[in-house]
Amino acid sequence: MKTTIIEPSKGWRLIDFNELWKYKDLLYFLTVRGIKARYAQSILGIGWAIIQPLFTTLVFTVVFGNLAKVDSDGMPYILFSYLALWPWSYFSGTLTDSANSLVANAGMITKVYFPRLILPLSAIFSKLLDFMISFVILLGLLIYFQVLPGWEIIFLPVLLVQLLLTSLGIGMILSAMAVQYRDVKYALSFIVQLLLYAAPVVYSTMAVPEVWRFVYSLNPMVGVIEGIRAMFLAREVPWEWVWPGSLVSIGLFTFGLFYFRKMEKVFADVA
Amino acid sequence: MSKTVIKVENLSKRYRIGLKEKKADTLAQQLVNTIKYPFQNFQRIKNLGRFQEDQEEGVHWALKDVSFEVKEGEVLGIIGKNGAGKSTLLKILSKITEPTSGRIEINGRIAALLEVGTGFHPELSGRENIYMNGTILGMTKREIDRKLDEIIDFSGVEKYIDTPVKFYSSGMRVRLGFSVAAHLEPEILVIDEVLAVGDHEFQKKCLGKMEDVSKNEGRTVLFVSHNMGAVQNLCDKILIIKNGFSERIIDTNYGILNYLENNFQVADFSRSSYIEKVELLDSNQLPSNLVKSKGLVYLNIYTKIKVDLSNYDIGFFIKDKFGNKISAASTSFKKPIVGNILKSEDNLIQFILKDIKLIDDIYKVDISIVKKEGGRIEFFENILSFQVESNDFYNSGTVLNNHYGKLYLDYDYYI
Repeated sequence: MKTTIIEPSKGWRLIDFNELWKYKDLLYFLTVRGIKARYAQSILGIGWAIIQPLFTTLVFTVVFGNLAKVDSDGMPYILFSYLALWPWSYFSGTLTDSANSLVANAGMITKVYFPRLILPLSAIFSKLLDFMISFVILLGLLIYFQVLPGWEIIFLPVLLVQLLLTSLGIGMILSAMAVQYRDVKYALSFIVQLLLYAAPVVYSTMAVPEVWRFVYSLNPMVGVIEGIRAMFLAREVPWEWVWPGSLVSIGLFTFGLFYFRKMEKVFADVA
Repeated sequence: MSKTVIKVENLSKRYRIGLKEKKADTLAQQLVNTIKYPFQNFQRIKNLGRFQEDQEEGVHWALKDVSFEVKEGEVLGIIGKNGAGKSTLLKILSKITEPTSGRIEINGRIAALLEVGTGFHPELSGRENIYMNGTILGMTKREIDRKLDEIIDFSGVEKYIDTPVKFYSSGMRVRLGFSVAAHLEPEILVIDEVLAVGDHEFQKKCLGKMEDVSKNEGRTVLFVSHNMGAVQNLCDKILIIKNGFSERIIDTNYGILNYLENNFQVADFSRSSYIEKVELLDSNQLPSNLVKSKGLVYLNIYTKIKVDLSNYDIGFFIKDKFGNKISAASTSFKKPIVGNILKSEDNLIQFILKDIKLIDDIYKVDISIVKKEGGRIEFFENILSFQVESNDFYNSGTVLNNHYGKLYLDYDYYI
């Protein structure tokens, strides 16, 4: 017979992965719920996952590509910006969704016990569908511009893992903070917009002054975007842009795990 | 001797309650406050879940040094006033929140039901929500697959199972939620006031299901409720919680009586112009709250002045524990037997009930004074509660319980 001990906890502890595994079905259903609920009772339904990034790309192409004539490193600007928007919209989407995940489900947190980590996780996973759909559009663009990815595309999973770790790390930290400090929600809406300009989404990394390049590359999204661009356009992958961000993303993820666990115990009391 | 499945030792939980904010007197002060406000807020919010040692201001102990044990197969009712700490106890038991100090040892799989239909999403169908709610409560997909038909069947919403839940009536939602919960198979089940919802018929069905769970399957159940009837039907023992402290665990009937007594505002006759005090005497003419179904029971109403019964009437209602009237007696129904009073006092009106005929349960009394020409003058609710204990009403050894209603019928039959 299973024995459970309930006691006040202390200090920094690691997430209980066994328990998390036991609740994998809950993660699955919450993820599905997230997807279904997002597009429920809308005419276009999942079509919005196509329209949103496509229109943003078009706007960027017109404003930055055609009007402001931002240097796109010799590629068609639409492809240049879409290759960045593909991971970026996933990242920014998960940021907002995961940060709100605990507050939005406060009713659940105060009524049932389950590993709380499942909430931000499911928010991040349910965005993966949009991510895959926008990948299909990417393929369409590549075919239209007749671009063939280079051999270094085999490293794409590494960048995707980096993207996921960054999203998860920041998601865990923000969601845990948002339970206690509702400011997170308000601040996030414009911080996400600002962050867009801290990554090479609308401009090329060439625009960044030499002295600032290392600091700039600490942003994990810089490496993800630059790497993805290079891989799909068959250019040499600028790993010097990638690795500092990789380390930061691992750091964020690890800190997130511990921070979330530490804050977890007060969720039900302050939510 | 059965095993101890839940052992709670010196459990305490404190909460922070909001401190009053200081108000500015002047505009300048207000400006300063506006600047200081975010910093103060930061301090305040940061400390929501934190405490300095021996800080007492703005701190509320929801539970203090609560200890008790529950044995395997026992059904323990937890009762107490609003805010006594019942819900906090359940939240700690179900791991929703951590205790501040103390320790609980639980042997066996535990499932807590603090709400029905947690996690329901209005846009999802009934079927999808069964999976949603089930997995939140700790079931696996496979377990739910296996019980799906049974769950749908029990809920009684088969027809709409593929309709989004937002189109359900609230009753249907509750049925569906409870149906999922009823199919959990924990060894220990913790249930909060969930039966307060749903229509009467469904409530009965739920109670029946719960009785099944506890009595037939030998599961341990902790049950928090204000529904004394449900507590009495289901629970073997009762834990009374008062202002965060637990009193001892006691037998159900005595426990409920104790609880009801403690929760009645002691009838305050100080503002009454007529009534001094009211007491109930058993057949031995001793003040008691325990009377027999058969035999004499006395209700003494002491008045402040000699009440002129040619102008006024005094009477009382007997109600069941839920407040439903069962019967009444009044000086207006019958002529008094003057002088035959057993305890001859000037300001005493004594009612003598020959056989109270009530079936074992807890009852309450209201007192009313009315004018002969009509119009109520004074009315006192729940001035006392008493328990009835059967004493072989039929001289046959048969004792009825509340399954048979509230009254012994005085009958004969011929063959």
